[in-house]
Amino acid sequence: MMSLERVLIGSALMLLLGNAHALDGKKIFTEGGSQPGAMPCVACHGADGAGLAAAGFPRLAGLPALYVRKQLEDFRRGTRVNPVMQPLANALTDAEIDAVSQALAAMPGAVPQPIHRSEMPIGAAQKLAQQGAWERQIPACASCHGPAGTGVGDTFPPLAGQPATYLAAQLTAWQNGTRHNDPNDLMGHIAKSLTPDEVQGVAQYFASLKLEAKP
Amino acid sequence: MSPFVLVLGLLGLPSAHAATIAMEDQSQLQPSAGHAAVSQFQPPQESELPDNAYGKLVKEGYALFVDTKRLAPTFVGNGLNCSNCHLDQGRLANSAPLWGAYPMYPAYRKKNDKVNTFAERLQGCFQFSMNGGTPPTADSREITALSVYAYWLASKAPLGVELPGRGYPDVAQPAKGYDLSGGAQVYKGQCAVCHGPEGQGQKAGDSYVMPPLWGKDSYNWGAGMHRINTAASFIKHNMPLGKGGSLSDQQAWDVAAYVNSHERPQDPRLVDGSVEKTRVKFHANDGVNLYGQTVEGVLIGQGIR
Ligand code: HEC
Ligand code: HEC
Ligand code: HEC
Ligand code: HEC
Repeated sequence: MMSLERVLIGSALMLLLGNAHALDGKKIFTEGGSQPGAMPCVACHGADGAGLAAAGFPRLAGLPALYVRKQLEDFRRGTRVNPVMQPLANALTDAEIDAVSQALAAMPGAVPQPIHRSEMPIGAAQKLAQQGAWERQIPACASCHGPAGTGVGDTFPPLAGQPATYLAAQLTAWQNGTRHNDPNDLMGHIAKSLTPDEVQGVAQYFASLKLEAKP
Repeated sequence: MSPFVLVLGLLGLPSAHAATIAMEDQSQLQPSAGHAAVSQFQPPQESELPDNAYGKLVKEGYALFVDTKRLAPTFVGNGLNCSNCHLDQGRLANSAPLWGAYPMYPAYRKKNDKVNTFAERLQGCFQFSMNGGTPPTADSREITALSVYAYWLASKAPLGVELPGRGYPDVAQPAKGYDLSGGAQVYKGQCAVCHGPEGQGQKAGDSYVMPPLWGKDSYNWGAGMHRINTAASFIKHNMPLGKGGSLSDQQAWDVAAYVNSHERPQDPRLVDGSVEKTRVKFHANDGVNLYGQTVEGVLIGQGIR
């Protein structure tokens, strides 16, 4: 049996480590990592991590930690190609990636107003988002990303509250092969089936969803 | 509703066991001969709906079909919506589309010399697939709206003619039978990412986006989907979502058996509280299923609350 003393020391250490991580993560966000090239995230992703819509930089606040970590690893691995984020992800240490992912997940993110499945969609983009286009094997975006594009679990990222240019750029990246990091090609075959009009339409649709006031 | 059930309801007792069963025979549809790739029936578009009382009722049926749990909570005992098993709002061929069903009722069953109406078929899905206890009555708002929605989707379909794409077309059992451990592998590699490692599904807010495949919020032991052959056909044609037709027949059977070897709510037709009696009466001649059988020393079909 473990002595009380050891348990106490153990939990004190855990507390310290836990704190150190939280501090680290926030610091990496505002000041960058320890190695050259690890620029502060705040420069592009905005003070509160809400992204920079005009530049097409995505919001990171509130994204699941596992999703963020996976994306940074995918940039390193080259299954997601981007001239800005790839060198940056390579400049972060594993521990820094862990810490910053946790810190981002803890930042309050955009919360879309709920949409009920029973609302019949109006217009082509909303129809694609809420019902899909099954004659081309395209399920509703809502069936994986949630009815209001809130995101589901650690695997399916939110679409609501992301800039339209960013969303469209990702769909195009799948189409031309520069992003091929999705599990079992679940997203890739869908992006490849969309027409250019649909890419723009559905990106606009999710970017325009009403958000609830932040808590 | 019989006075007996009413009294139980008033006493606040759980009515699930006392409920009269609307359509006791949940055995599978007569499997149709394999259809060649003939041109598919085209249901009408929502944009064609008239702006009158009929159009309104169709929309109400649509809403109930895709948002069942939220809009008819008294009749849904699990976490599912009708459209979870009848994809694309009940329009998709090979996903038991409503346009394939509506023109085929009333249906005569030689086996028990009974005729089942369309309303009874809907009530059956409420009691078993939705684990809903006493279903809405045949003249209720719910059954009326759902029937009108199905009638509209079947506009211009021939009456009493089995259309290609009806039901979940049969996928024959592979020569080697099925293998639960193979099914566990398929599940881990292709299904768990959405339905969760424990088949528990995934929610956004308080409603499921990825429906649960077993456990208290899934279909019960009397539902058609509990048959391994029916689940294999559904899965082969419709899963993984967006990649229907990608699994081999063997994989579809293995994973269907794996899913249907897990506990779920009890069959509401339970005979004298006995799994064995229920197996003999309702499951022994109902396709391929594991209800009442012992797998690795555990009796399957004990139910879950
Ligand atoms: C110089 C600008 C810049 C800086 C600094 C920057 N990013 Fe990015 N980031 C981008 C751009 C541009 C993208 C979009 C990449 C694409 O199109 O694939 C992006 C995308 C991402 C994504 C993917 C988001 C998603 O929804 O998939 C993550 C995660 C991310 N950045 C994390 C970080 C972190 C962590 C830092 C700080 C350590 C950081 N970024 C610093 C520009 C930047
Ligand atoms: C079958 C499930 C599924 C469906 C349906 C689906 N997606 Fe996705 N989507 C995913 C997955 C998984 C990812 C994350 C991939 C990864 O790990 O990077 C994703 C990611 C995305 C991204 C990138 C988000 C980001 O932050 O970088 C966009 C944009 C996107 N999806 C748009 C859509 C649109 C638009 C539709 C409907 C036309 C749709 N998706 C339907 C599974 C799906
Ligand atoms: C768990 C999956 C599941 C859910 C949820 C579900 N069903 Fe079904 N449904 C089935 C199965 C399985 C069959 C029988 C198919 C067979 O025997 O081949 C069926 C059959 C039907 C049929 C008859 C099809 C035909 O061609 O004869 C109708 C109509 C129907 N369901 C309507 C509904 C309605 C309405 C709801 C919601 C109240 C619903 N279903 C919910 C699985 C489901
Ligand atoms: C990309 C996510 C995804 C994957 C992967 C996936 N499913 Fe599904 N599954 C769904 C969704 C979403 C539904 C409900 C469909 C709807 O409402 O449109 C569903 C419905 C079902 C249903 C009927 C509803 C229920 O609760 O019983 C079964 C059975 C099922 N899936 C089995 C499987 C099996 C087996 C696999 C692996 C071979 C699988 N699924 C892979 C997302 C997925």
